[in-house]
Amino acid sequence: MDLTLVIELLIIGVTFFMLINASAVLVLAERKIMGFMQQRYGPYLVGPHGVLQPLADIVKLLFKEELRPKGADKWLFTLAPILSVTAAFAAFSTVPWGAETTFFGLLDRPVKLGVTDVNVGLLVIFAITSMGVYGIVLAGWSSNSKYSLFGGLRASAQMISYELSYATALAAVILLAGTLSVREVVDSQAGTWFGIVQHWWIFLQPVGFIVYAIAGVAETNRAPFDFPEAEQELVAGYNTEYSSVRFALFPQAEYINMATMSAVATDLYLGGWHGLLPFYTPVDPLIEQYGLGWLAFLAKVGGFLFFYIWMRWTLPRYRYDQLMHFGWKFLLPVSVVNLILTAAGVLYFNG
Amino acid sequence: MIPLSNYLVVSAILFALGTCGVFMRRNLITILLSIEIMLNAVNLTFVAFGRYAADVNGQIIVFFVITVAAAEAAVGLALVIALFRHRESLNPDAFTSLKW
Amino acid sequence: MAETFAFYLFSGLTIVASALVIGQRNPMYSVLLLVASFGAMAGLFIQLDAPFVAVVLIIVYAGAIMVLFLFVVMLLNAPQEDALPYDHTHPFRHPVLMRFGGLLAVLLVVQLSYALLRTRDLHVAVAGRSDASVVSSVAELGRVLFERHVFAFEATSILILVAMVGAVVLARRESGQQ
Repeated sequence: MDLTLVIELLIIGVTFFMLINASAVLVLAERKIMGFMQQRYGPYLVGPHGVLQPLADIVKLLFKEELRPKGADKWLFTLAPILSVTAAFAAFSTVPWGAETTFFGLLDRPVKLGVTDVNVGLLVIFAITSMGVYGIVLAGWSSNSKYSLFGGLRASAQMISYELSYATALAAVILLAGTLSVREVVDSQAGTWFGIVQHWWIFLQPVGFIVYAIAGVAETNRAPFDFPEAEQELVAGYNTEYSSVRFALFPQAEYINMATMSAVATDLYLGGWHGLLPFYTPVDPLIEQYGLGWLAFLAKVGGFLFFYIWMRWTLPRYRYDQLMHFGWKFLLPVSVVNLILTAAGVLYFNG
Repeated sequence: MIPLSNYLVVSAILFALGTCGVFMRRNLITILLSIEIMLNAVNLTFVAFGRYAADVNGQIIVFFVITVAAAEAAVGLALVIALFRHRESLNPDAFTSLKW
Repeated sequence: MAETFAFYLFSGLTIVASALVIGQRNPMYSVLLLVASFGAMAGLFIQLDAPFVAVVLIIVYAGAIMVLFLFVVMLLNAPQEDALPYDHTHPFRHPVLMRFGGLLAVLLVVQLSYALLRTRDLHVAVAGRSDASVVSSVAELGRVLFERHVFAFEATSILILVAMVGAVVLARRESGQQ
């Protein structure tokens, strides 16, 4: 068997495994960080300093009773969490997380660290993320409960509203990099300007980055934009009638969406695996030489995820009409103007 | 290698299914969905011919067809909502008051 | 070999899903089956070396238009409504419609297939006459779109604006007595 092929399949498996573990680690990280921000320890008892808490959570959820409300639609009730999770995992397929490497000469041809790379990769991520809306809508509808229905409708309306600003911010980066393939966008950020500042697109697109971060947070129904699932914390939300495994899949889909958004933001704006800090450090050529780019990538994604969790436990949440007003009347015009200015700049400087 | 005629037969079957749906179903939303099936079949024909003739215009026409289908679906659904408010029914046979 | 298998898989999925769309009584299931049909159609487009159009199909059609359909079906509470008496039977059991509509559809397919199979020069493989690089490049697509079809592009954007305004006006609740 060709060793390169085996290694490529292994990389796909490693990516999937990383994503599943990411959701478990994020559960723990969120509760610990929340605890420290609220001047207390988070989970502390299970394992040393609470490290095995996600394991306890998963075991508890697996052993709960599987309920299905009587009037709930049989197929759609089970299909909804499956759709959410599938869309969440599949969206990571075109996200690269490391440079091409031959593992120090072990393989005869370089292998790309990432599941795959298609020449419209960025659009594939966007397309599969927009399929994640169906999971929420169907969850709200099939629970046969008015509160679930309204929660589901509001959550999905919010998601499709912020998709526009998200796409326009992406389009500005595509203009700068000149390609739709995520791996090539990352590779266009190699090197430095004047030897000091990294050639990251965030420096040319600060507004775009902020728009992208806000739209990404709103897309995943997190942080200040989680009104549909938190307003009815006392009553419902789209996943109220769910229990056990079906319920566990919804937060998992949410955390994996968070991880995907952070990974895409790192790839597009923060240089992916090129460079560790925003300015040039002597570590950078060492990273390129020893193929440790994926560590830099993980560090940046981790920073972004910390930012996500930090925002959730610091900011109060938007009311639903404020949320929609912000998305349509402020964020969308800002990102469109950003796109137009970027297009003008590219035209002017590149002739 | 797949001959062009295969793609065209698939497209013909889809178009016929869409037409069938428009005739047979007595639910406004399903009729709109059948129209979308027909548009989809036409998209397939255009892309297949575009690939066969190495012409990128096939894809460009599909681009416009998708856009116009979006506009048509939006207005069509708004009409369905307005009609439903009037008669509380989605059956096209309920809107025959202009018939003599 | 793998290509033929992929073609039959995707086209079979599309046709089966579309047939189920028109055969379902519950409009919610119809919408979801149409989404599945669009997914399979995107697979067919990718096989035809049109990745951009395939992804745009998923983003716009399956990701936005079908969500709109889903919203309308949910808000109108369509599956729970009580239809007229003869609607309680399955659509394929309606006597008159079945005969007329089904017959017409079968006639259409037979006619089109006959015309296709009698035409010369269509049995050449789709990819046999040229290579893919002209058609699958997004840059080329953008260039032709914005150079030769810029008027149609601008007209379509005005069309969408008009449709948006029209949809809002049509679906607005009447204020006051009616």
